Amino acid sequence: MQASLKRANKHIVSHIVLVTWSLIVLFPLWTLVINSFKTRLTIYDNPFWIPKTWNFSNYQTVIRDGDFLTYFKNSFIVVSASLLLVTFFASLAAYALARYKNRFAQAYYFFFIAGMMVPIKIASIKLLELIRALGLLNTIWALPPIYVAMGLPVGIFILTAFIKDLPEELYEAALIDGSSSWNIYRQIVLPLVRPALASTAIYNLIPFWNDLWFPLIFINEEKEKTLLLGVTRLFGQYQTDWSRVLAVLTLSAIPVLLLYLAMSSQFIKGVTSGSVKG
Amino acid sequence: MRNHRTHHLVWLLYLAPALIMYSLFMAYPLLDSLRLSFFTGNNPATRVYVGFGNFEKLFTDPQISQRYWSAFFNTWVFFLIHLVVQNGLGILFAVMLTFDTMKARHVYQTIIFIPTTFAVLITGYLWKLMLNPVWSGDFFVSIGLPFLRHPWLGDTKTALIAVSLVSCWQWLGIPTMMFVAALRNISVELLEAALLEGAGNCKTFFLIKLPLIKPVVGIIAVLTFVNNFNAFDIVFAMTNVNGAPEYATDLIGTLFYRYGIAGQHPIGIPDAGLGSAIAVITLLLLLCVVIPTLKKTQKGGA
Repeated sequence: MQASLKRANKHIVSHIVLVTWSLIVLFPLWTLVINSFKTRLTIYDNPFWIPKTWNFSNYQTVIRDGDFLTYFKNSFIVVSASLLLVTFFASLAAYALARYKNRFAQAYYFFFIAGMMVPIKIASIKLLELIRALGLLNTIWALPPIYVAMGLPVGIFILTAFIKDLPEELYEAALIDGSSSWNIYRQIVLPLVRPALASTAIYNLIPFWNDLWFPLIFINEEKEKTLLLGVTRLFGQYQTDWSRVLAVLTLSAIPVLLLYLAMSSQFIKGVTSGSVKG
Repeated sequence: MRNHRTHHLVWLLYLAPALIMYSLFMAYPLLDSLRLSFFTGNNPATRVYVGFGNFEKLFTDPQISQRYWSAFFNTWVFFLIHLVVQNGLGILFAVMLTFDTMKARHVYQTIIFIPTTFAVLITGYLWKLMLNPVWSGDFFVSIGLPFLRHPWLGDTKTALIAVSLVSCWQWLGIPTMMFVAALRNISVELLEAALLEGAGNCKTFFLIKLPLIKPVVGIIAVLTFVNNFNAFDIVFAMTNVNGAPEYATDLIGTLFYRYGIAGQHPIGIPDAGLGSAIAVITLLLLLCVVIPTLKKTQKGGA
């Protein structure tokens, strides 16, 4: 009796701690959203409380401005193309590494996995030269090659483990039927590894969508900027009007946030899957 | 009988797209950065070999070396704050979230992870506003917390700590969820046995849970180290690429950007050789930490 009471009390402490932290997380988001409905001047009264009159013009201005939608479209194209290529290339490579068992495969595997621990930013000076030489500087197409290279190690890590766990009989049956390795990949492996493909995509979605560094060093051209790089420009442009800045920030944060809230457990699994073994 | 050579070539074909992209845009640029650190000049055609000249400049030029060591020191402070705050709170929250009778843990987990989905830039701009005493100062005074009215980002003594804590706020979800995953792996029998022996939550934690999740603590420490040694966005957003005020928030990431890519104010011409030298030192430092840990986890995990 006393013991269970004590345990219940301990949980009360846990709830207090976790509720406190939840408030620390949610409070800035509340601040972000409510202040984006104020104006340049009303933002200074009652900073942390709802506006007296709700002002929607910040959002109208930002969206009407046109550039925001261009930035959004650019980010969407870059991230979709990169995710598609990463999952496709990683699944091909993982299939080969899981099925072709010899010391070369082992060496290739470690070569790829090493990339998980080395931040590609360190190579930026050379990458800048490379992208310039390829004629991709100042276009959105400068980004997918880098993102693909950046995403492959984790993708191969997740997918190789997953494909290795598929039962051997699957392949044997298919080989007896005379299926080629390509047909096995397409008709058997690919449908079965869908959860791992999803983890790979989710793991890479956040760093690709939220990347500022590479757009910043590669892209100067207004029409080619990604969402975040565009946000830095709008931040400078609207600097004297924080309510409008906050509208820009809210609009930029919403897509990934909604996606996350819709499928939070897959997100958490995806993001942690790259770093925890088993 | 299938020919072994063609067999090998077929598998190489599957590997090719990944191998080409990864080698060309990751492995090669990384290795070539080593070479570039021995050259000077921004044009590949007119580049000149200078031996260890860039490294010499980095460590002997009074102004550059002062900037470098200041950024190096700040990066360590930035990292250590993350290490303590993220691991400390991460373990605490994870233990609370994995009590088997804990209610509403999915709600808490979902909330703790929200900031991780945000761009660092967005987080940075938002907190920059919230920490601005002109904007929020009166509010803090009105609720009886006048000490919060302080130019956190303008004061050289508090700027780095403020920036680091905002970054911790953002990333805490990842270590927390990794600890949750590790704690869930601990066998129920073991915990029940401890309970039967009359061990309280504290004792169970320090004698059973903590020793068992030690490898995860190590992995997280390495990940934190790697990520923080090229942190850039948070300083870019909250202070600026010069690490204001007075270089108090200047990190290796921002220093690298200024010297190697954008060009140091007021000259504005990047120095690719010097930038590569900074990158190479960072790379070596990371390898010193990453390789032993990888070896250890390979041994422990396999």
